[in-house]
Amino acid sequence: MTRPQDTAATRGDELSSDSPTEATVGADAPSSGAGPGRSLLPRNTLLRHLLVLLLCTVGTVVLLEATDPFRNSQLAQLSYYAIAAGGLTVLTGLNGQISLGHGALMAVGAYTTALLLGGDGEPLPLPVVLLASVVTATLVGALVGVAAARLHGPYLAGATLALAVGLPGLALYFRETLGGEQGLPVQAPRAPEWFEAFIGAVSGNSATTTKWLAYVGAMCLLLTFFLLANLVRSRIGRTWRAVRDQEVAAELAGIDLGLWRVLAFVVSAACAGLGGAVLALVVRLAAPSGFTLVLSLALLTAIVIGGLGSLLGVLLGSALLVFLPPFITNLGVDLGLDNTEAAQLAPLVYGVVLVLAMVFAPAGFVGTVRQRWLAARARR
Amino acid sequence: MTRSSRRLTRLIATATAVSALAACGGSDGGGAGGGGGENEASDTGITADAIKIGAHYPLTGVAAPGYSEIPTGVDCYFDFVNAAGGVNGRQIDYVYRDDAYNPTNTSAVVNELVLQDEVFMLMGGLGTPTHSAVLDFLNGEGVPDLFVASGSLLWDNPEENPYTFGWQPDYEIEGKVIGQYIAENFPEARVGLFLQDDDFGEDGEAGVRQFIDDQIVAAERYVPGNTDVGPQLAALQAAGADFVVGFNVPSYTALSQLTALRLGYDPQWFYSNVGSDPALVGSLLANFSQGQVSDASLLDGALTTEYLAGVDTPDDPWVQLWQRVWDECESAEGELTNYRVYGMAQAYTTIQALQAAGQNPTRDGLVEAVEQAGAEFEGPALAPYRYSAERHAGVGGVKIARITGTSAEDLTPVLVTDNGDAAIEESDAEPTTPPESGIPDVQPVG
Repeated sequence: MTRPQDTAATRGDELSSDSPTEATVGADAPSSGAGPGRSLLPRNTLLRHLLVLLLCTVGTVVLLEATDPFRNSQLAQLSYYAIAAGGLTVLTGLNGQISLGHGALMAVGAYTTALLLGGDGEPLPLPVVLLASVVTATLVGALVGVAAARLHGPYLAGATLALAVGLPGLALYFRETLGGEQGLPVQAPRAPEWFEAFIGAVSGNSATTTKWLAYVGAMCLLLTFFLLANLVRSRIGRTWRAVRDQEVAAELAGIDLGLWRVLAFVVSAACAGLGGAVLALVVRLAAPSGFTLVLSLALLTAIVIGGLGSLLGVLLGSALLVFLPPFITNLGVDLGLDNTEAAQLAPLVYGVVLVLAMVFAPAGFVGTVRQRWLAARARR
Repeated sequence: MTRSSRRLTRLIATATAVSALAACGGSDGGGAGGGGGENEASDTGITADAIKIGAHYPLTGVAAPGYSEIPTGVDCYFDFVNAAGGVNGRQIDYVYRDDAYNPTNTSAVVNELVLQDEVFMLMGGLGTPTHSAVLDFLNGEGVPDLFVASGSLLWDNPEENPYTFGWQPDYEIEGKVIGQYIAENFPEARVGLFLQDDDFGEDGEAGVRQFIDDQIVAAERYVPGNTDVGPQLAALQAAGADFVVGFNVPSYTALSQLTALRLGYDPQWFYSNVGSDPALVGSLLANFSQGQVSDASLLDGALTTEYLAGVDTPDDPWVQLWQRVWDECESAEGELTNYRVYGMAQAYTTIQALQAAGQNPTRDGLVEAVEQAGAEFEGPALAPYRYSAERHAGVGGVKIARITGTSAEDLTPVLVTDNGDAAIEESDAEPTTPPESGIPDVQPVG
């Protein structure tokens, strides 16, 4: 059992390709099979990612059909957290920008969806609505990103914090269009006929709205992660890392720091927009009280616990967000607490988990596992 | 899932109680059995010996003070009914979950209640934005959604939401009664409105304006979450308002009092029912002023509305019943409060609805029972419910009272009205008293 300091020390001596900061170890993990040694996966990155996407899609369908409607609804929750956190982990883990405002960018996506689905008459097709939400959030993200590119560390955190606190206030100010404190109800889209046929053929389950929403969330999640994984493994991802780790060197190499920072912010904002759109569909409401600072902090928690910069870490972190509170609450009730005490236990345990993670695994789950593995390999 | 040791003790207690009663030769099971016959698992969440009921409340977070006490009252009343044999021999299994007053969480916990816990019905779901997130889902799944804890008009829409019912007087009729009272008793007053910036303030304002549109000199709105109400109160002061009507939540009652104190502004205050619980406002005042204001004496002389007898009237037969329920309750901690009374009163109505739905209730049958018999339910509310096949609106009246210390004195009889331009009339109904057993006995409909 090596202590964290030891691994950090061995890393410094024996691993040259790592980033200077320990926290982003997860961000520099090669995607599966790209490392040296034999692998069954193809060498070409795009092909490899496509194959993984295919496997994950099959896995998702199996998972959704093997679980009950409630688990389906939890997986839908997981998907909107993971989509938004995926963008954030790329921004923070790869480009080193801290954002506390991604909850507000999710609100932009959610409200766009609510507005487009809320009108009378035939609603727009779902892909169009989702795309419009992404575009709107991207535009807002570009605005914020231009400002963010000039700021560093705590200043950036402060500026985006203001965004998280202030933006939901717009919904209250423009009460007529945005519904004020009550929010805008979202008409849940009905499952199309092909979907019912598909579910009937695969498992014979009934294609409920809950199930359809879970599939919509899962499809968006898979697509987002596929695109992000490609981006991270491309020249763009490498440039982001360069900007994160060695500003001066990057600038000497002719990289326009501001431009690349804005780009990172825009990509993550697009993900937040899609996450918000899926959230609006799943929750069936876009209201300011759903996009408080707590949401932005929850996203940050998910990426930190999972491991900065790692998409797998995002999945783990989001799963923690979704599954931990009900689990703890039910555990509390089973231990004989009343419903109120059990409910208060959940945030406590959540906080404790975060503190423990920061103390014992500052690189997050994925980063820590990878560190251990590298250290073990280096000793062999 | 939620098998607690408490339930076990409850079962043991019930078994003892039932056997003791049987030994005495007189069993008084709660509620008349409808049509005899056997208890069956007639619908989701109903077995031969239990009914599962779910709810969502803010147990943590900003809205928890006060509101988190409501389910403890509900729980104690259900325990009380269970100890007497339950409803038609079925024990109430009450599960309430925390949504922290965040609609995203509400959606998640209601999914859990409906899909995982498989409750028969929801009752008392709290909050306008939170509950609107699950309205569509509950009505789509056909889950009875009784007695939403909010005075919004959203719940009274049987066309769109056939399974949802309101319970407390909606903000509009409350506003109408307030408006008429001011027009009759303070015809010279220059009225300022202090409103929460959502449908709570909006509906209340619409009701008030029906009567005193020409007396209103300013309407100021605050956004929940922003704790600085200085500008709003300064504007009311500047407009020369000498009578301020507040449609706001308790924390903003405290904030408006402290701010007015600082500004040297001393109008006649009138707080709507939601924002006027002296006990909670007092503790909030102490909290916000870091102890400089120690109790609710600031509220002395303020006017408010009531539709339930509260803990300030310990001689009221209903309050005596609630006190008895609270004293006998094992899980009870602390004092009986108005929030707990509210919860118990809703639980009482829920028991009435279950009794009306007959021996083997179904979800649709429960909705029909409330539509048919709901207007006849005699309970703690001062005015009758307005339930029918066309209306899912709750209590149809309030009375006006003046806060004195921690109690209140009545200024008007109970005034009954309805939405729109329905007239306001004095209620001619006799005050109700609870049955001896403390448990309603409603005959099944049909």
